[in-house]
Amino acid sequence: MTHLASTDSALPDSHSQIRSQFPTLTQMLGDYPLCYLDTAATSQKPQCVLDAMAQYYLQDNANVHRAAHQLSARATSSYEKVRDQLQVFINAKRREEIIFTHGTTESINLVAFGLTPQLKSGDLILIDSAAHHANIVPWQELAKRTGAIIKPIPLTQDCRLDLNAYQTLLALKPKVVALCHVSNALGTVNPVIELVQQAKAQGAITLVDGAQAVAHLSVDMAAIDCDFYVFSGHKMYGPTGIGVLYGRFEILDTLTPLLTGGEMIKRVSFDGTEFGSLPNRLEAGTPPISAVIGLGAAIDFLQLSLTPEVKAHEAELLQYLQNQLRALGDVHLYGAHHDNIGAVAFNLADEHHQDVGILLDQQGVAVRCGHHCAMPLMQTLNLKGCCRASIGIYTNKTDIDHFIAALASVKELLL
Amino acid sequence: MTLPIMPRAADFAYQVEDAATLLARFEQTPNWQERYRQIMLLGKELPCLTNELRLESAQVKGCESDAWLYHIEQDGKHYYLADSDTRIVKGLIGLLLSACHGKTQDQILAFDPAMYFKHLGLEGQLSPSRTNGLHALAKAMIDAVKP
Repeated sequence: MTHLASTDSALPDSHSQIRSQFPTLTQMLGDYPLCYLDTAATSQKPQCVLDAMAQYYLQDNANVHRAAHQLSARATSSYEKVRDQLQVFINAKRREEIIFTHGTTESINLVAFGLTPQLKSGDLILIDSAAHHANIVPWQELAKRTGAIIKPIPLTQDCRLDLNAYQTLLALKPKVVALCHVSNALGTVNPVIELVQQAKAQGAITLVDGAQAVAHLSVDMAAIDCDFYVFSGHKMYGPTGIGVLYGRFEILDTLTPLLTGGEMIKRVSFDGTEFGSLPNRLEAGTPPISAVIGLGAAIDFLQLSLTPEVKAHEAELLQYLQNQLRALGDVHLYGAHHDNIGAVAFNLADEHHQDVGILLDQQGVAVRCGHHCAMPLMQTLNLKGCCRASIGIYTNKTDIDHFIAALASVKELLL
Repeated sequence: MTLPIMPRAADFAYQVEDAATLLARFEQTPNWQERYRQIMLLGKELPCLTNELRLESAQVKGCESDAWLYHIEQDGKHYYLADSDTRIVKGLIGLLLSACHGKTQDQILAFDPAMYFKHLGLEGQLSPSRTNGLHALAKAMIDAVKP
């Protein structure tokens, strides 16, 4: 692992400077320091995000968009500034293409509901077999409403999307193709640019779930060229309760609003209501203002901290994690490729993932154990569940070593 | 009407270690490794449920792993048969059985799982936010004896 040692030594100051911005990470759990390897479930938050949210509540608290007073003007300006930040962050053409939601799940629900009038019985919806339930269930509900048909895009033996099968399915002219950018359970990466291009060539509407990508990769809407891209603030060092729906303007503007009322109207009378224009049309009710402002701070943080060197460090750390798990022995890895992002899925021999999780927890190690909200994927892998260790910008080699030592203790106890 | 499948009454006739002995032993454990080794040993000594009895109707909800629970009353005493597909949860079931198996309704209703697990040095495992299902299992065992 000499290559990693050299990376760590090339980075120590800047990396410990990044890590030191996360107050949660310094705590002890009993006799053990917290070893947080559950970033794929939710990331920890840097001080700047907490400060931005506190600042809003301490000084600017007011509702956005409506009151003609100074506090509301300040709150509205901070809130709308984050839309501009996001436009730059994901390289969208227009600020109106950014919709604030409560999270990835709501974003996908907005799209799946909004497309209802555009689908008819027999239309085909293709879904990535590695998808999170949030990218499955809203489509199943859409299919129930419209009589559309869902077809999963199968995976190959090594847990990658089966590109040949994808071609065959695309030839059936699907109406919608729902993909994930990075699999939440496995960390495998889809070649989304290619996949979207091929789907669009067949006339499909494309949605990409980027929840596990945005904290680790630069995402570029002009390059990916999908119709919809969705992600959550809390997995990219921002607060919970805030998500983003990016939609290409022309198609976003055709969505039927799922939620109505509040700021999304232009004119209301008892004879009828006229909806407002984007982005407000899809943001009914008072939005999570402090969370939007926290997300803005998280974007600032990422733009400053997620340098090419830090991305390379994260990639090497994941390699190191995979290699150390292999070296430990009696560990099954699932879909662990050299180009994966953020997460490793594994089981210890034939032991139940929950036993492993409980015993790791005794040693201060936080990993996720279960089906990872991807039951169809677990069925494909013929697993009841597995453990997932996932890393973030603050993870260092010591965390990995701590985790591997803890897993060695679990192995000694169980095997 | 089809009656749900039940284990035979004889299957419920097994002994468990009494809670006082258990507590005394757990007080001696020097570290978490030893504590969890004891828990898993306890689970190993319990009877297993056959596949036919691992029914959804007997499942205790609230566990990430699968856990099944049966209960009968005989001569004023309550007996349980429970199993799990994980070693630690099965062991935790064993801890609960030491407090409840073969006891009277009054004894079981007076049983305080929070205090019990605290004495065992395992209070962290009982929280309803834990996915091990221990909270749900304790509640199911107590609820089973309520009139």
